[in-house]
Amino acid sequence: MSEMIRLDNVCFDYEADEHPDSCQGIIKNISLSIEKGTFVALLGHNGSGKSTLAKLMNGILLPNSGKVTVEGIDTADEERIWDIRRRVGMVFQNPDNQIVATTVEEDVAFGPENLGIEPSEIRRRVDKALESVHMSEYKTHSPSQLSGGQKQRIAIAGILAMEPECILFDESTAMLDPHGREEVMAQIMRLRREGMTVVLITHYMNEAVFADRVIVVNDGEIALDDTPAKVFSQVETLRSLGLDVPQVTHLAHLLAEDGYGIRRDLLFEDEAYGELSALLKK
Amino acid sequence: MLKDITLGQFFPGSSPIHRLDPRVKLVLVVLLVVLIFSAKNIFAFSFLVLGVISLVLLSQISVKVVLKAIRPILILMLFTAIINLFWTKGTGDPIFALGFIKVWREGLVNALFMVLRIVSLVTGTSILLTYTTSPIALTDALERLLKPLKVIKVPVHEFAMMMTIALRFIPTLLEETDKIINAQKARGASLDKGNLIDKVKAFVPVLIPLFISAFRRADELACAMECRCYRGDEGRTRMKVLKMGEIDYLSIVVFLVFTAVLFFLNTLPTSISVR
Ligand SMILES: Nc1ncnc2c1ncn2[C@@H]1O[C@H](COP(=O)(O)OP(=O)(O)O)[C@@H](O)[C@H]1O
Ligand SMILES: [Mg+2]
Repeated sequence: MSEMIRLDNVCFDYEADEHPDSCQGIIKNISLSIEKGTFVALLGHNGSGKSTLAKLMNGILLPNSGKVTVEGIDTADEERIWDIRRRVGMVFQNPDNQIVATTVEEDVAFGPENLGIEPSEIRRRVDKALESVHMSEYKTHSPSQLSGGQKQRIAIAGILAMEPECILFDESTAMLDPHGREEVMAQIMRLRREGMTVVLITHYMNEAVFADRVIVVNDGEIALDDTPAKVFSQVETLRSLGLDVPQVTHLAHLLAEDGYGIRRDLLFEDEAYGELSALLKK
Repeated sequence: MLKDITLGQFFPGSSPIHRLDPRVKLVLVVLLVVLIFSAKNIFAFSFLVLGVISLVLLSQISVKVVLKAIRPILILMLFTAIINLFWTKGTGDPIFALGFIKVWREGLVNALFMVLRIVSLVTGTSILLTYTTSPIALTDALERLLKPLKVIKVPVHEFAMMMTIALRFIPTLLEETDKIINAQKARGASLDKGNLIDKVKAFVPVLIPLFISAFRRADELACAMECRCYRGDEGRTRMKVLKMGEIDYLSIVVFLVFTAVLFFLNTLPTSISVR
């Protein structure tokens, strides 16, 4: 597999001018490589630097030292910054603050228009992107008439219309009701099936369990980086980092603590059901 | 509570006027204003009124709506009429005299024509522009029409973008204002009691959160726009290309013929004309 995003000894601080050589800012010497087509969940308590890390990945922020590359292109390369942002799209938390135009289709067209694409090709991409998020019938609606989940789907369509290789979701489900959250998660799962590289920042552990890889950030450093099963089975460590674990994992953890012979790396209910019924039969 | 005011006065529809290219409409409106002020005699004015009436009929906008547009300027019309009526000095004998108040025939004609002008002006512009063109189409048309001004460093695109974003965020901010008002009321704030100064003071706790939130929104929106490769209008294309069609050319021809007829009517000899 080839590499999508790579960080080499990246240091970053918003007030870097004050102490230029130290690496004690918001991001502290992070090295990291994300393979194409993987689904990465990025966890960490509030203010741990997740959003900052995401913004480093598409050149919205540039590292103070170290290097970030997207498919081999350095984000510090001013000439190719648009190439990078096209490849790595970003969906934010507040659906209202990322919709630019007054109708749904005009908004989805915003990205491709900025890229200077032919009008007929923009039309094709907009129709395709709206279709894939099941919002075609709302084409001419004004964004203010839509629900939170629908607005977030429009935001996703707006990124898809740029035909990116990777999408970063920065707590894109955090402001939605349970139904809206499901809508957006369904889109994320579909994108992943279609081979998109996905980085999902979230506080919902039941969203993170679907990832291929979970990275836990703590105060600008990577604390854990492994498969969801391996990460979530470390209940105590996660607790000390200010994070929850999925309910199923928590239950397994409590049972194991009590001396029952149950696996600690359970993530899904059906897994737990199998284990528990085996345990009860004994 | 607060309705979607981004549409402004726009009534969506599919009449021939709705379907005109917004650029053509903008140019025609400017020319129409000039035309309205070139009408000089009773023939030209009658023809003009006829033209405006056919515009209304073509647009399929109800007469009620048009009358509504005229209502707010009734006072202005009355004022103009009175000034023209009493301040126009005519030749010959006044047709009405009471002490120092004298009304000449010319004053009567001037007053009538001024009122007709104002009515045509308001009806013509609202039918051609505000009622049948969405604000966003207007913004777009303005950006494209004023493009040549970029040569002399007028930030045409930036203004258009500002307009678009303002139109986009007006409903969002109105909704938010509503929420903040309710939140402050729930905390016991009384926003509509007392004298004017009290009311203004009471609005401070509404405005401050609104401003803070608006700045945060602006910051996030700017970031989202950068993520979507926005870099001003350099290298930017548009999905919707405005293209003039048959109906646009036809309307231009009709307008030119109309203008020619009106100027011809202006030359006809009559005593009922503007001095
Ligand atoms: N624009 C900014 N200017 C200065 N400091 C910031 C800015 N954005 C975030 N920070 C600070 O950086 C730290 C990490 O923020 P962030 O990356 O948003 O964390 P997270 O997304 O994990 O909650 C926080 O302490 C925050 O106060
Ligand atoms: Mg964040």
